[in-house]
Amino acid sequence: MRDGFYTPSPLSKTPIISEERVKCDVFCQINNNTIMGNSVFIAGLGAISAIGNNVAECLDSLESGKAGMGHMHFFDSLHRDKLPVAEVKISNEDLSKLSGLPQTKSRTAHLSLIAAREAINDACIENIASLRTGFISANSVGGMDKSEKFFVEFLSGNSKSLPAGRQGKLRGVVNHECGSVTELVADQLGIKDYITTISTACSSSANAIFFGARMIKNNFLDVVVAGGTDALTKFTLNGFKTLMILDEKLCQPFDDNRRGLNLGEGAGYVVLVSEKVAATLKKKPLVTLSGYCNANDAYHQTASSPDGTGSFLAMSGALKKAGLHPSDIDYINLHGTGTQNNDIAEGTAIKRLFDPYFPKMSSTKTFTGHTLGACGGIEAVFSVLSLQHGIIYPNLRLETAMHDLPFTVETKFIKNYKVKHVLSNSFGFGGNCSSLIFSKV
Amino acid sequence: MYIRATGNISPQKTFGHLSFLTEVVEYSGNRLACIEPDYKTFIDVKLIRRMSRIIRLGVAAAMECLQEADVKIPDAIVTGTAYGCLEDTGSFLTKMVEFNEELLTPTSFIQSTHNTIGAQIGLMLKCNNYNNAFVHRGFSFESALLDGMMLLQEKDATNVLIGAIDEITNISHAILSRMGLYKNGPVSNLEMYKTISKGTIAGEGAAFFLLANEPSLNDYANLDGLKTFYKPENEKEVENQILSFLAAHSISLSDIDLIITGKNGDTISDKIYDHLTNGIFNNCSIVHYKNLCGEYPTASSFALWMGANIIKTGAVPAALEYTGNKKDEIKNILIYNHYQQTHHSLFLISAC
Repeated sequence: MRDGFYTPSPLSKTPIISEERVKCDVFCQINNNTIMGNSVFIAGLGAISAIGNNVAECLDSLESGKAGMGHMHFFDSLHRDKLPVAEVKISNEDLSKLSGLPQTKSRTAHLSLIAAREAINDACIENIASLRTGFISANSVGGMDKSEKFFVEFLSGNSKSLPAGRQGKLRGVVNHECGSVTELVADQLGIKDYITTISTACSSSANAIFFGARMIKNNFLDVVVAGGTDALTKFTLNGFKTLMILDEKLCQPFDDNRRGLNLGEGAGYVVLVSEKVAATLKKKPLVTLSGYCNANDAYHQTASSPDGTGSFLAMSGALKKAGLHPSDIDYINLHGTGTQNNDIAEGTAIKRLFDPYFPKMSSTKTFTGHTLGACGGIEAVFSVLSLQHGIIYPNLRLETAMHDLPFTVETKFIKNYKVKHVLSNSFGFGGNCSSLIFSKV
Repeated sequence: MYIRATGNISPQKTFGHLSFLTEVVEYSGNRLACIEPDYKTFIDVKLIRRMSRIIRLGVAAAMECLQEADVKIPDAIVTGTAYGCLEDTGSFLTKMVEFNEELLTPTSFIQSTHNTIGAQIGLMLKCNNYNNAFVHRGFSFESALLDGMMLLQEKDATNVLIGAIDEITNISHAILSRMGLYKNGPVSNLEMYKTISKGTIAGEGAAFFLLANEPSLNDYANLDGLKTFYKPENEKEVENQILSFLAAHSISLSDIDLIITGKNGDTISDKIYDHLTNGIFNNCSIVHYKNLCGEYPTASSFALWMGANIIKTGAVPAALEYTGNKKDEIKNILIYNHYQQTHHSLFLISAC
């Protein structure tokens, strides 16, 4: 096979091929994974969720224990009085002012642009235009918030002039595709060297982040903005409702009496850079993406296997990739949705892998709700913050620890904790399980 | 990297190890539908009943590909789909609107998820390995392919199953027609390039490939290179992208025995192909493929299937129209495709 099977698109940009590329980083040597190059650093963070419109606000809420769930204010559904959701606390009109995109565009794109832009600004990469830059984003239902409004008109056959199917303004459905949301944002960010979208349900943005890291390790890109976005939609809310896994109260992940999940919305992105780019930055990145793994539970389309096979394989695979032992992990940001099925499967896999030494653990979905295609991105941001600040987040509303598990999740916000390695779990429909490990250098 | 096996369900007779495009199916109308096989050979009857059409298409194409490769459990399953499972999405949306968010059942919601096909393949095989789904419009297949190629390069996989699946439904055809994508009035797919008019013909398909980093005795072709570029500024940039791609693989246009282009019969879309045919592709032999499978965001997977078969059989099927000189021996093929002037891709394949 010829070397360099993929040719990145920029014509004017010179790849940064360093002499160090032939050397291998320490993790790779452990795995004898000789073709992999340098480490991939996290240079910037951006997030918007029910607990804050930017990273600083989210961090404040995490510290003060302020959850983001409640009654629907901006999102509307027949189930508004029954089902709490974790909304981003801004109307579409004000969101449009923040993002700069027109209101006619999907809320998913607005959230994405706001968080991705924050991440890029945070990274402060001066010469970004001369670097090979990619935007790898995830979402679960694209521009569905607009499509489902379009559909009401599309299906109505009441108009005398137009039969059903001829109605509805096309602008409501033109950005329906998942990839279309990504492109709206990429075009605003001015990124065109590599753009793609991943959709593997709730593990989508974890997969986007590590696909981005691999694009850098393979020397196809220098900088990647990676993560995911999802807005609340009736489509998703009703879909989850039919599965009977939504909690009518505020969710209680890893509680023995947990009842289900609360849906949320938001976006989270990290800016990944090569070691070479990291060395040129004024603000030196201190965290790497050291491990990652994608495995499939292959058990059921929507349910996890009782022993958490997929979760176990994803976590152990990520540890292997990072060259770490379970005892090296200081904190696990759990997938922890609050459903009966997820929490016992995830917990059983953790027991199998970590027993008897359990790291601190919590589900930040107790704050943000389950943001689906965005959760891997938002929780990656929280994981990096945990490493940067030496903090552990509480798992809110825990009353009774799960009887079947030998460990309890953390219930308090802890400061000055020595955090060197964080494991972040994202598991989804279709058995898709992905784990990421972030490490402090 | 080697293309060891393929499985392709399309509007042509491409499925079930038939002779390679010896007979071309003609359609009248602007919508080409897949010729569906007897699924029972590949999928459990009880499962077939529960699966929607696109899932059957994808799973059957994947199973045929694995059978041909004699691989039971691939090291990775990666799919690309621009629209995902549209029938299920449309069905859940319709019921949700009609019943005003009440009386809904989960099946179509569950199956509407974009990773359903890859997940179903994993589930049927009891395959716990890497499983990913790309959903980026005209780059969906190319992204999936790149993921698979990287896994091989990283030595995290020795073989990968890569597929592209997109379907047309009544709803999507109605909406995309209103957007002006398709030709109006009766039109034959086989006459598609003869009349110059606005719009193309809608297509769909499910094409899977088993890529391996070690050769076997039955490989179709080497997959040497892949490139994607987004919204090129002008024709000159397209030319430069093509030439730099070839240069990166130390090959020149004179070494390319055949070019497969994504010409789709739409005047605007075809402008760049015509420009290249009269320009840098001037002395090359060229064939097109979208008159066979129609236009859809992952149609380039049909081109890769066709190119791989041309290399394996050593001949261009007589049914394909040629531009330029016919080469006796076909060793190197360049595929150039674009989707709606936005997503451009290049593939380079060669004889093993």
